[in-house]
Amino acid sequence: MAERGEPKSGSRLEKILRAGHFAFTGELGPPRGANAEAVKKKAAHLKGNVDSVNITDNQTAVVRMASWAACIFLLQEGLEPNFQMVCRDRNRLAMQSDILGAYAHGIRNILCLSGDHPKFGDQPNAKGVFDIDSMQLINLVKFMRDEKKFPSGTELDEPPRMFIGAASNPFAEPYEWRVQRLAKKIQAGADFVQTQCIYNMDRFREFMKKAVDMGLHEKCYILAGVTPMKSVGMAQYMAKSVPGMDVPESVINRLRGAGKGKASEEGIKFAIEQIQEFKEMEGVAGVHLMAIEWEHMVPEIAERAGVLPRPELS
Amino acid sequence: MIVAKRKPIEEIKKMLKGYKKVLNVGCGTCVAVCLAGGEKEVEVLNAQLDMARRLEEDPIEMGAFTCERQCDREYLGTLDEKVKQYEAILSMACGAGVQFIAERYPDKPVFPAVDTTFIGVNQGVGWYEERCRSCSSCVLGLTGGICPVTMCAKGLFNGPCGGTNKGMCEVSKDQPCAWHMIYERLKQQGRLDCIKELQPMTEWQNQVPRTVIQPGYRKPEKETEQQKA
Amino acid sequence: MRLNYPANIKIIRVPCTGKVDVMHLLRAIQKGADGVYVVGCIEGTCHYNEGNLRAKERVNYVRMRLEEIGIEGDRVRMYNLSSGEGPTFAAYAKEMTENIRNLGPNPLKKARKAEQDRSD
Repeated sequence: MAERGEPKSGSRLEKILRAGHFAFTGELGPPRGANAEAVKKKAAHLKGNVDSVNITDNQTAVVRMASWAACIFLLQEGLEPNFQMVCRDRNRLAMQSDILGAYAHGIRNILCLSGDHPKFGDQPNAKGVFDIDSMQLINLVKFMRDEKKFPSGTELDEPPRMFIGAASNPFAEPYEWRVQRLAKKIQAGADFVQTQCIYNMDRFREFMKKAVDMGLHEKCYILAGVTPMKSVGMAQYMAKSVPGMDVPESVINRLRGAGKGKASEEGIKFAIEQIQEFKEMEGVAGVHLMAIEWEHMVPEIAERAGVLPRPELS
Repeated sequence: MIVAKRKPIEEIKKMLKGYKKVLNVGCGTCVAVCLAGGEKEVEVLNAQLDMARRLEEDPIEMGAFTCERQCDREYLGTLDEKVKQYEAILSMACGAGVQFIAERYPDKPVFPAVDTTFIGVNQGVGWYEERCRSCSSCVLGLTGGICPVTMCAKGLFNGPCGGTNKGMCEVSKDQPCAWHMIYERLKQQGRLDCIKELQPMTEWQNQVPRTVIQPGYRKPEKETEQQKA
Repeated sequence: MRLNYPANIKIIRVPCTGKVDVMHLLRAIQKGADGVYVVGCIEGTCHYNEGNLRAKERVNYVRMRLEEIGIEGDRVRMYNLSSGEGPTFAAYAKEMTENIRNLGPNPLKKARKAEQDRSD
């Protein structure tokens, strides 16, 4: 892999990737309440099985415990969090202060997202902030980290040395533009990207080929998104009702073909096959496993996909 | 043009509760064109209010007057004498017109009869669509003449987000994705380079009340001050 | 053809129903008519292309505006027939009269009466 300069952060995820290991990251949705135990319980399933855990930020515009707060619980439990931040709920001032606070608490990864529109949530008429967009947020974190300044130009006394992540969706139109958009995120300052859940493998292979042709995999670590299907119903819901999601009919048929009560096992098998293919795929630096409300299955999936034990870092 | 929607009659009735003699002032410009607050709408609303209050056995006397533009002082002079005969004013103009009337007659309660909705275009009779948020920092030159602030539900400057849905926006199957349209138009014009570079954070100009004084003009007060000096 | 139609109907002739304004309909109710209906040509046969279609939209608009203030929208209706259909005209007149009888008098008249009673 091409030289990537000095480490940008103290992140374990960054170290894993820099060392050339195939990264394996997980995801955890904070509870809809002030329940610390709920976070710790979910985290226990992930500990030792993933390199870093994305903590979602009011996903689908539904209010949950603050991402940064749940991140701190993960640190206390000995896991490395990846602080997701959406542009929907904060203006640039709140973003900067949250980034500083998160870093001061030991959070070293941040994933910059636009965020689902408030319309999807349970308070659909809340005002979406969108003071800046995800691209500008990536650039803001990079500026604070590398220039050691606020956007105003004022010096920062202790810069937030974050490992900067971004999302990429190879499956939303216009398809031809998606690789360009990834390039733009890298230009803005993304150190790593995690993709939307992949089900259409053909389209993803095509996307990766373009990314590799442009050399994007040498400028940024690309982690392939995997979400195991729990049921035929879930697959159908994702195919129909989740914007920007591409679930081919063949995947639904495969789950259906598995027979009654066996769809979830078939979903896991498909996910494991995907992970095995991603390990060999040029330009893919790791997998981001989003086992939505299925955190307890992560150890088994990791084991069967052959990504355990996770590498120890000195 | 500025597009407005008439408020529900119940809301208007509530504002006018207790008043017996009210002047309804329409506006002959934008809100007349978009069928919300012109002469015809003044007549209809007055007829409704008259009937509604009679049904409640609490009659109201509604006056009618529609001026060319409520946002222009030049057209308000003829209103001064009329206003004196009424307890309150109902204005069917946009929010700018309502405020201009309220400013001119500070001793009269002024009530809005419409909800000012957006700056938009006329797609057909009675059918209007928003096109501009008057953000004061126009980027249409870069985005193929499609406004990302107005037409993208998230107001993204570096779109599209990952939620495009067969060319439509994630918030609605009936709303085209602005960034999908921007991409298609720039591609057609061979100008995709316009959106390859990062568009930096917007320095929002619409956070305080804005004033425009065109070059070569100035506020009359300043003029008199200078004359005094 | 000698056809009877209810005598309580006052006919106002217009060159085309496209000429009927929403205020004509609203004023009729406002001034105490129990009902008002517009009789236009069959849809698709308007001499001015869409006069009767516009009238229909206006009738619907007036119905909506009346409903908003608690007056039955059905006091205002649109009927369509061709000029040769005298019996249909009479039938519609009867139907409208029946409809209004069922609805009762214009509620504004009741309100006015109450007001007069109070001032007496």
